[in-house]
Amino acid sequence: MSKVRVLVGTRKGAFILTSDGKRDNWEVSGPHFAGWELYHIKGSPADPNRLYASQTSGWFGQIIQRSSDGGKTWETPGGEPLPKPGEFPSGVSNKFVYDTSPETGKPLTTHEFYDGTQHPWEFKRVWHLEPSLTDPDTVYAGIEDAAIFRSTDGAKSWHELAGLRGHGTGPRWQPGAGGMCLHTIILDPSDPKRIFIAISAAGAFRTDDGGQKWKPINKGLHSSHIPEPMAEVGHCVHHIAMNPSRPGVLFMQKHWDVMRSDDAGDSWHEVSGNLPTDFGFVIDVHAHEPETIYVVPIKSDGEHYPPEGKLRVYRSRTGGNEWEVLTKGLPQSNCYVNVLRDAMAVDSLDSCGVYFGTTGGQVYVSSDAGDNWAPIVHDLPAVLSVEVQTLP
Amino acid sequence: MIRVELPAHLRTLAQVSSEIKLDVEGPATLRSVLDALEARYPMLCGTIRDHVTLQRRPFLRFFACQEDLSHEPPNAPLPEAVASGVEPLVILGAIAGG
Repeated sequence: MSKVRVLVGTRKGAFILTSDGKRDNWEVSGPHFAGWELYHIKGSPADPNRLYASQTSGWFGQIIQRSSDGGKTWETPGGEPLPKPGEFPSGVSNKFVYDTSPETGKPLTTHEFYDGTQHPWEFKRVWHLEPSLTDPDTVYAGIEDAAIFRSTDGAKSWHELAGLRGHGTGPRWQPGAGGMCLHTIILDPSDPKRIFIAISAAGAFRTDDGGQKWKPINKGLHSSHIPEPMAEVGHCVHHIAMNPSRPGVLFMQKHWDVMRSDDAGDSWHEVSGNLPTDFGFVIDVHAHEPETIYVVPIKSDGEHYPPEGKLRVYRSRTGGNEWEVLTKGLPQSNCYVNVLRDAMAVDSLDSCGVYFGTTGGQVYVSSDAGDNWAPIVHDLPAVLSVEVQTLP
Repeated sequence: MIRVELPAHLRTLAQVSSEIKLDVEGPATLRSVLDALEARYPMLCGTIRDHVTLQRRPFLRFFACQEDLSHEPPNAPLPEAVASGVEPLVILGAIAGG
């Protein structure tokens, strides 16, 4: 029988939740890296036992962890061998240095800061790790301040795909409330040279040549809080989701507005429809029904909790606009948690499982595509990210 | 032989349970001790000082012999008691809740 492995990143460590395909009984492993912030953990589609984790700390900075046995043991890539005296490690897995060489793009030194002044790029942390679809040793990292890096040696060393910051619009990128983070990386399964990324608050970008050149894909977005609401860049995109069977169709949860693109991001239109509020962070797509999408509406940008204190998932079976509310098993009173942008995932079992984690430390699962929900765990630290692996 | 005390999270990361003892070639300075520490425990690179600028991370401090050495030049000699192994160099994280 198939199994699922849920990878949960929290403010105080990582947890791994495993179950058989029924998804009724769960084993909880953790905390791994206790006391550290685990922004994201994700497994390689090419080797499910290869996991990558972003471990961060305000005191000690960034650490990259790697597992080759599904999370039972971990290592810092490149940090394993003890060099001889006077030698330094050949791989430094937490070294993210912006590329400012003239050969790889237009070096950028500043972006727009909160107060409108220009501010130098400063590495802070890795928000998202996206393993290659085909090579377990290749992995992309989305970082704050916003840039994308790639490793082709199992995360031992990292190199920026500098064409993104070299696009020329960098001085107009600005941080959202959570920082200027590159939080979404989507690899196109039908075209290995096509990658989508999203940045708060710059917007969405796409490369069609493997990361050398990038273009903003924000046409159709409207953000009333920026000087030019329809600007080429400057939009606070919270998350983007894609069903791998239809890589040209993208769904976006923006700061406000739920959006859809049918042309790989070249244009977007709003599909918020009858949602009680179209503010939120997460969005995801059913594993087998590419027109079935999920969001968790949040009251507003000033009040990051569900409207009326009711934790409700909304599902559209029509690709947006028409939404149904899903509440069975979810708290419907006095619930004031948030669901952060990387904290929803779906499995690919026949009956699609949907998962999300909250800032209150709950991780919920629905094994019937959202009709019924149950908590896997109640009392973890605040959940930053949720990923799921469907295992044979 | 130089003794170094790490904060708890870095002891976990380096997989050491107590004080570290290092042999440092040449004069014992903050730089030479940190160089030796990172060479022996590569996973600590970037966690105490920046990879490129080698600046101390802002929430960390260096203490020895009840003195704050955090703002000493990196090539300044460490106190004799540290250089001779009588006292440890203490790397300390700022105390903050949360």
